[in-house]
Amino acid sequence: MLTTWIDISYLVAAVLFVSGIKGMTRPKTAVRGNMQSAVGMLIAVVVTLLDANILSYEIIIAGMLIGAVSGLVLAQKMPMTSMPQMVALLNGFGGGASLAIALTSYLDIIGATASTSPMLMVSQVAIVLTLLIGGITLSGSGIALAKLQEWLPGKPLGFAGMKYLNLLLVIAALGMGYNLFGVDTSLTSVAVLVTLVLILGVTLVLPIGGADMPVVIALLNSYSGIAAAAAGFIMGNTVLIVSGALVGASGIILTQIMCVAMNRSLVNVLFGTMAPVNGDVIDSDEVYAGKVKSSCPEEVAMILDSANRVVIVPGFGLAMAQAQHAVRELADALLAQSIDVEYAIHPVAGRMPGHMNVLLAEAEVDYELMKTMDEANPSFGQTDVVIVIGANDVTNPMAREDKGSPIYGMPILNVDKAKTVIVVKRSLSAGFAGLPNPLFANENTLMLFGDGKKAIQELTASVNEAA
Amino acid sequence: MEQFVLLISLFVLAVYLGIELITKVPPTLHTPLMSGCNAISGITVVGALLASGAQSSTLASTLGFIALVLATINVVGGFWVTHRMLSMFKKRG
Repeated sequence: MLTTWIDISYLVAAVLFVSGIKGMTRPKTAVRGNMQSAVGMLIAVVVTLLDANILSYEIIIAGMLIGAVSGLVLAQKMPMTSMPQMVALLNGFGGGASLAIALTSYLDIIGATASTSPMLMVSQVAIVLTLLIGGITLSGSGIALAKLQEWLPGKPLGFAGMKYLNLLLVIAALGMGYNLFGVDTSLTSVAVLVTLVLILGVTLVLPIGGADMPVVIALLNSYSGIAAAAAGFIMGNTVLIVSGALVGASGIILTQIMCVAMNRSLVNVLFGTMAPVNGDVIDSDEVYAGKVKSSCPEEVAMILDSANRVVIVPGFGLAMAQAQHAVRELADALLAQSIDVEYAIHPVAGRMPGHMNVLLAEAEVDYELMKTMDEANPSFGQTDVVIVIGANDVTNPMAREDKGSPIYGMPILNVDKAKTVIVVKRSLSAGFAGLPNPLFANENTLMLFGDGKKAIQELTASVNEAA
Repeated sequence: MEQFVLLISLFVLAVYLGIELITKVPPTLHTPLMSGCNAISGITVVGALLASGAQSSTLASTLGFIALVLATINVVGGFWVTHRMLSMFKKRG
């Protein structure tokens, strides 16, 4: 009877997760949605504590206290610019938890031979899969975190045949996993298997470049969900399976969105580097020579004074210069003169999906003013001034026009269709793709050279003076 | 076998439901969506509770304890950081 009630409560928890995620479909309902998910989690935890199989509560109380306090401190202290690191860390912990659960489940049945009973077979296969995916998620997230935090260099690390090594590791891990049941049940072989999957996580993520980390984070997010679902199959636990599947699906979709935004296939991100430049190497001097026009805050303020519609294009350079608040103040100054202001945000503007939106929201930018690439692109033709701050490759018209360019086909913000483009930048240096940007040499482009934050503040001062 | 079919059906349906739901989340909320999903994947805390409360060998209890700590960080940290982000999204003016 108790088990029935526990199962029904798990169903309630799963329903709350679903309606919680549904709440995330609108900013208005998102806070409530997140709370629904949290209540679902609380219900799942409380009913599990009623489970008759739980004998010792001391360890549980200690573990939950340590976890809750560490979690709260991390979540409260982490700056918004480091959100990709936070998510990488949480992905890793999720994977680590699944790995540890698979190990305890194995210890429970240690010595069992490969079973022919279907249900036991499922559980055994699930143990191996959870070990594999959980381990990869744990160490892979560690490497992703180290790259994002710049403890490791952002450039791809590895050698040409690395994918074959990875394939070998996967085969070895699966083989050893099979051996765990009946052939070689020593604890040493379990330890070797765990070491193998942890190495695999490292070798899978090391060769992926820093610019591709958004894809990797989304993918590891998906893995952490799949690992949870696999752990659910070990124990025949429905709520683990349902929530793991939801999270797995979410991670896959975000991975897909990021791949489309970068015009790369997932296989290409995971196993290949960017295609070599076909044809002539583009000489940046040739692109820029004599055509780049430099401007000053006073001149830009005058242009803004006669504008009706301004679009701001932020890139991660903006966040690195801590200029989000300065930009919002500029937008406020323009709004005060009844000029329309919007923000056009490329999917890879930040360091993970939606990161730039969080950074702008932190600077108290109205979310209704944040436009996606698809919403913004048709409107650039009717825009008087576009201000590009800390963004480069995502505005490069070569992606649209130059078939030989390595970024050809990548969807970009068509800022060059606006009447005037102001680019706030330190110098003419290249972005992640290492390419010159013909936008800077355009007839209608003015460069405002300088430190992002200071340049914006000077501009705001000039706008206020002109008013 | 019947139970396996039941569980795998549940899994497949949940994946579909997830895809349907997530494609409707606007790009503006993708970062909180990820951290929120992260918190939900901390549902492994349920498995960790069962594993760490079973009082078997020292090794198993230790692993269960580790699982419990990691999963709880995942749950509490995930929900709280998501809440922090979402409460910044406001309509102004």
